[in-house]
Amino acid sequence: MPSRGDSDTATERWRLGDREWGSRLIVGTGGFRSLEQMERALAASGTEIVTVALRRVDPLAQGSVTELIDRLGLFVLPNTAGCYTARDAVRTAKLAREAFRTDWIKLEVIGDDRTLLPDAPELLLAAEELAADGFTVLPYTTDDPVVARRLEETGCAAVMPLGSPIGSGSGIRNPYNFRIIVEQAGVPVICDAGIGTASDATVAMELGCDGVLLASAVSRAADPVLMAGAMRRAVEAGYAARRAGRIPRRLHAQASSPEEGLAELDG
Amino acid sequence: MKVQLNGNEVELADGAAVAQAVASLGVGALTPGVAVAVAGEVVPRAQWTSRRLSDGETVEVVHAVQGG
Repeated sequence: MPSRGDSDTATERWRLGDREWGSRLIVGTGGFRSLEQMERALAASGTEIVTVALRRVDPLAQGSVTELIDRLGLFVLPNTAGCYTARDAVRTAKLAREAFRTDWIKLEVIGDDRTLLPDAPELLLAAEELAADGFTVLPYTTDDPVVARRLEETGCAAVMPLGSPIGSGSGIRNPYNFRIIVEQAGVPVICDAGIGTASDATVAMELGCDGVLLASAVSRAADPVLMAGAMRRAVEAGYAARRAGRIPRRLHAQASSPEEGLAELDG
Repeated sequence: MKVQLNGNEVELADGAAVAQAVASLGVGALTPGVAVAVAGEVVPRAQWTSRRLSDGETVEVVHAVQGG
């Protein structure tokens, strides 16, 4: 296998849905203190895809997220955040398709307002209906390999297991499940939720994820623009390390200097 | 007649269409990134002037906001 320079792996394109992408980092737009700060952070992250939520039009609201995203030339991925049933999620997805002229949807069906964990049965119902209706479905799911497989079977374009609960910043709590999900998946695997800092994103990529989706880790950082740049490099580093092939973990040491040819110095 | 528009009761002329309802929120035919549901079903933009509302119907008008 030819050696690949770091810049090659960083720019290697990948496929999600029916499109090719350069960046493997997807950024949620929630939680930024201002649109101006969001704009600078998105630019620093190098992302090409950003998520938005759908909410009631408020005639008094200032500034437009849509306008900003258009100006930056980014791809809008609407979500179904706030939906607790398959029915609500499907309706929200259809509204998003009408509003943004896109059939891409980040499918969230929440089962519990304290943990914000997905409701797997409702999620599967919604995924099945939306995939059959021609949507490019990107489901936020638990890190359960069986649910991930079932989602793939419904026709989802990716599976997006959570590392830990939304906004918890706790990283990947079950890396073993991630390895199993990655090993069996025939669609891209994107770590969605739980990223707290750059090393969490790197771990996700080292585990074999094709991409990372995060929001709070950047938007609620003390310096979102600085963290956005850190996340870009973290995802690139993890992706390169995964492809480079890490050394096995050992209990004992293995010398890296030769044992032969040591000088006799005790006489 | 009265309809529920984004959670608020509003008074509209009898036979008013979706377009009149959304106009009261400052949304016009050319406003980008907006979608409308009446009684839970999406009303495509092309039907905003033809879809008439009935007394008591629920109209939801949504757009993009910041969100993960």
